[in-house]
Amino acid sequence: MNMQSKRPMTAAEEALVHGFARRAPDLPGDTQISEARQAFIDDIKQNGLPTRRIEAWHYTDLRSLLKTVPASEASATDGGVDALLKGAQLISLVDGTMVSQQVPDGVSCSSFRDSLDGADAARLLTVRDEDDIIGRINGAFVTDGCRLVVDDDLELSAPLEIQSVHSGGQIHTRHPITIGERSKGTFVERHLAVGSGDALVSSVTDLQVGAGADITWVISQEQGGTDTHFGQINIELGAGAKLTLFVANAGGNLVRQEIHIAAKGEGSELVLRGVNLLGAQSHTDVTMTLNHSVPDCVSSETFRNVVCDRARGVFQGQIKVAPIAQKTDARMACNTLLLSNEGDFSCKPELEIFADDVQCAHGATVTDIDDNHLFYLRARGIGEKKARALLVKAFIAEIVEELDDADLVEALEARFETWLDDHG
Amino acid sequence: MLEIKNLHARIAEDGTEIIRGLNLTVRNGEVAAIMGPNGSGKSTLSYVLTGREDYEVTEGDILYNGESILDMDTSERAAAGLFLAFQYPVEIPGVATMQFLKVALNEQRKARGEEELTTPDFIRKVKEASGTLGIDMNMLKRPLNVGFSGGEKKRSEILQMSLLEPKLCILDETDSGLDIDALKIVSDGVNALRSPDRAIVVITHYQRLLEYIVPDSVHVLYKGQVIKSGDKSLALELENDGYANVIADAA
Repeated sequence: MNMQSKRPMTAAEEALVHGFARRAPDLPGDTQISEARQAFIDDIKQNGLPTRRIEAWHYTDLRSLLKTVPASEASATDGGVDALLKGAQLISLVDGTMVSQQVPDGVSCSSFRDSLDGADAARLLTVRDEDDIIGRINGAFVTDGCRLVVDDDLELSAPLEIQSVHSGGQIHTRHPITIGERSKGTFVERHLAVGSGDALVSSVTDLQVGAGADITWVISQEQGGTDTHFGQINIELGAGAKLTLFVANAGGNLVRQEIHIAAKGEGSELVLRGVNLLGAQSHTDVTMTLNHSVPDCVSSETFRNVVCDRARGVFQGQIKVAPIAQKTDARMACNTLLLSNEGDFSCKPELEIFADDVQCAHGATVTDIDDNHLFYLRARGIGEKKARALLVKAFIAEIVEELDDADLVEALEARFETWLDDHG
Repeated sequence: MLEIKNLHARIAEDGTEIIRGLNLTVRNGEVAAIMGPNGSGKSTLSYVLTGREDYEVTEGDILYNGESILDMDTSERAAAGLFLAFQYPVEIPGVATMQFLKVALNEQRKARGEEELTTPDFIRKVKEASGTLGIDMNMLKRPLNVGFSGGEKKRSEILQMSLLEPKLCILDETDSGLDIDALKIVSDGVNALRSPDRAIVVITHYQRLLEYIVPDSVHVLYKGQVIKSGDKSLALELENDGYANVIADAA
């Protein structure tokens, strides 16, 4: 990280450092792993949590936003909740420990805890760069996760949900996922609070999508109102792979969801859609980086944000197109419905294009509900509150209904409707 | 049915007075046409009647079945039986037309203390009404008015009107943007709704629409007042001579 003058550690920084000293002996992994963990904590001790002076964290000054860190020991509760999608198979993690798994033939699922004890473990705890605080916190504390390998040419007949529930405390998980070539399926990565205790959650997913695979990956963040959630998904797209990624944030108090995509194989296609429902005094940051390093790839990203109360939202979208990545077609949009005068949304698009034969576009809008729309609905006898709710749902429905999976559309809309009813 | 007494209304934002002492009475079963040159306050009148908050009533009253509606908001007026067919129906992406129709019907029923319609009953009703107006059910699966042609939008307005069964219908320039065939379908739809216990106010620039929807009375609106009233022959007179004579007589 950047050179900074030495500052006193904040309460949260101290809690991380001291918490690590207490927990280190019990964390899984051999000497190599524990050295790696110690190095991450030393970085945090040395540099502190990122402030607005770090470009990638400019709108989310973590040093001032992360006020407390809950005690590290999470008490394992039993059981999870019903899957988001009907008929889905479940891999359940409770309070950071995998407790059950149900996967079809052709898919192997193992505990990340076991991987940490294995010989090749050190390479599993990689961090992205010097500013990757999520990678460091996760690397220092990670206890478990789900290591999933989907065979080549496999078509999943039912959705597969990786469900991580917690009752409070600290939860740190990492999921290395490999999707075989030409395989197809729908996957749900879900994070939710089932208790009322404060939580600090970090979750890193490393998703490799094999050549010619065609998958839908849904991240549904449903944390409690006092929880801190640090999510990161690192994606590599193989040649001709198609990924539909849907990111839904409807929960949490302090949330940072990072999405890092490397389009590594020619002819890949990425469809990224996101819905961020922001309420109370929460702070939610979605940061995306997309690297087009080979020719002929298509990507489109659309985020719809609804801001209520005194919530703050951030979207940072960075697209890089390498000199050889000709014929890239990349489009990014960030649309925000600001329903409260005290709400706030910051949007930063960043396009770095080094190829000359590409199509790249970005756009951002911030609006309130359209008075003409509202009047039209009210003139048909729909009361103001109901009419507003209908228009907010419509704003989200536009991108949810693009998904060509009726069950998924229904489940997401039901999820969003519950949230909106609670915040109406 | 409708009595407008010495109505004064202005734009809330800048205080510009648009309606300046308007008097008008429309009886049950009557079809009243309101004509007038551009800027005479025709569309404003339709918004003031439906309670749009962009306008303020500063004087006078609007009585609907003998009672003032000035304290009712837009949706309450709609549930009480007021319907405005928009000159420019708005496009609302993300709201399927069928869903919108169902919510509107049931919200009005709820407001009146009636049972909600069951889905089969609702669909039957929509099918019947769409058939008469030549509306394809596929059109109703699309988002409300999005990508509808001018004719489709106006037919959708009349479909809503026939489903909601209002008591007082206000048609704001329903003929604008319609070709002759669509004009005929829309007019037939309106005529089918004529009944002794329903009043219809037709706001229009041109006499042409009134050949299809024959009015019982014609009123000329100018500078926010009704300056002349008559029967349907007044519309013909205006078509031939323009507004100049009527305006000169009133001055």
